Amino acid sequence: MLYAVLCYNSEETVFSWSKQEEEAVMTKLIAAQEKMAKAGKLGPVARLMPTTAATTLRKDREPAVVIDGPFAETKEQLLGFYVIDCESLEEALDFARDLGKANPGGAYEIRPMALFRPGSLRQ
Amino acid sequence: MNDIAWIDAALTSARPRAVSALLRYFRNLDSAEEAFQNACLKALDSWPRNGPPRDPAAWLIMVGRNVGIDDARRKAKQQALPDEEALSDLSDAEAEIADRLDDSRYRDDILRLLFICCHPDLPATQQIGLALRVVSGLTVPQIARAFLVSESAMEQRITRAKSRIAKADVPFETPGAPERAERLGAVAGMIYLIFNEGYSATGGELPLRAPLCEEAIRLVRLLLRLFQNEPEIMGLMALMLLQHARAAARFDKDGSIILLEDQDRSLWDKQMIAEGLALIDKAMRHRRPGPYQVQAAIAALHARAARPEETDWAQIDLLYATLERLTPSPVVTLNRAVAISKLRGPEAALQMIEPLAPDLSGYFYFFGVKGAMLQQLGRNEEARIAFDRAIALANNAAEAAHIRSHLDRLQNNGAPASKKV
Repeated sequence: MLYAVLCYNSEETVFSWSKQEEEAVMTKLIAAQEKMAKAGKLGPVARLMPTTAATTLRKDREPAVVIDGPFAETKEQLLGFYVIDCESLEEALDFARDLGKANPGGAYEIRPMALFRPGSLRQ
Repeated sequence: MNDIAWIDAALTSARPRAVSALLRYFRNLDSAEEAFQNACLKALDSWPRNGPPRDPAAWLIMVGRNVGIDDARRKAKQQALPDEEALSDLSDAEAEIADRLDDSRYRDDILRLLFICCHPDLPATQQIGLALRVVSGLTVPQIARAFLVSESAMEQRITRAKSRIAKADVPFETPGAPERAERLGAVAGMIYLIFNEGYSATGGELPLRAPLCEEAIRLVRLLLRLFQNEPEIMGLMALMLLQHARAAARFDKDGSIILLEDQDRSLWDKQMIAEGLALIDKAMRHRRPGPYQVQAAIAALHARAARPEETDWAQIDLLYATLERLTPSPVVTLNRAVAISKLRGPEAALQMIEPLAPDLSGYFYFFGVKGAMLQQLGRNEEARIAFDRAIALANNAAEAAHIRSHLDRLQNNGAPASKKV
């Protein structure tokens, strides 16, 4: 089963980390992914820019309107996601727990995926 | 991160929100700061045991307010009150206060706190010192280091600023739209001042002062989160990100200046550039141009050029022309002349800057540009005179050393150097 692990955290906190704090967390996060990567179970990984860089297209009216900022104002924002291939929800949760140890605070939403097209993007 | 590092980061990021809300309660900067300090002490005790609260700022405001009120009572009655009781059942209270303090309230609170720091009675250096102390929560020694002054001098500067503000009328009522726009403009200017304090650092000062750039970016991020559809705030943030992205490439190992066109562009911070470009794109959609947006757009054209030869000088010239219209100044025209020199040669650029001479007779950069133009034209004797003048006006050793390298080239081969300022 493919899962998306959606990372939520307070952007206010995350984007006031110092460079050293940032690097320390990133190093630990990469280490936490290693097991899944080696097992060939880790798909695309994305980190999103802060919501201040976001634009929303509201299409519930005609014509659709463009709004600055994210879709919803919440205390925690969607800051990134992983795509993983797991045998069970428990395995996905274990992965999220490992990530959580590297980066405390916030929440991971483990969401089964209904459709996945890897696409042809090359970085 | 361990517990303490995490709590520290949470306290730092909650500070502007918490101090500014406490200021609204206590209407006095010192009381607000003290209440925040006390709330932080409680947090260090409570959070490791109970886990961090969902909304650290709301928790700190609640606790800070209670402690502050207790303190005030105690001082009034000269007797101790049981403060654990007043603090009981925080979890319920937290949800309640978080509801009451909706984002629009926070918005004006934080803007007020920042606006107080740029009170027109305060000289720029005091404004910046105060903002870094009160809003960012840097310690006095940290700020003193960044400003290259002694701790006692900085302490005095901040104390003076505070006492001036205590005497001034602080507007506590909710601002109307025009006041809000005016405050936003003043605050943006102050944040850019903080940035430039860091950006103008050279040589050995660099490691001490560069954190000012990061702090300014943090503050503008905060401001943009509160005012999500202000194109000038997007522009300011883009401008600072695009400039700061070049930090690692701006100086060589000896601390000498490396010009934009000579910089190793692989050292530019790609993440910062990407965010800066995204923001300027967003800002331009509003079709409400302002000086920060235009300057950011110029920086964006430099950032987009993989090699200096690919720089779109024609577009840069147009943007400087816009900037001249928005904020006419001889310095802007001088910058435009550099673009003109790339488009139409040094002769045209010289013609453009000649009329600026009376206004810029004390400006290092004017003589640097003038000397470089003359040098390109092979008018070496005049170039030498301009460069000598530039050295005399240099603001620091790095600037002087940079011009001296031009002079050396003049002396060594007498031929026009290929490098341009």
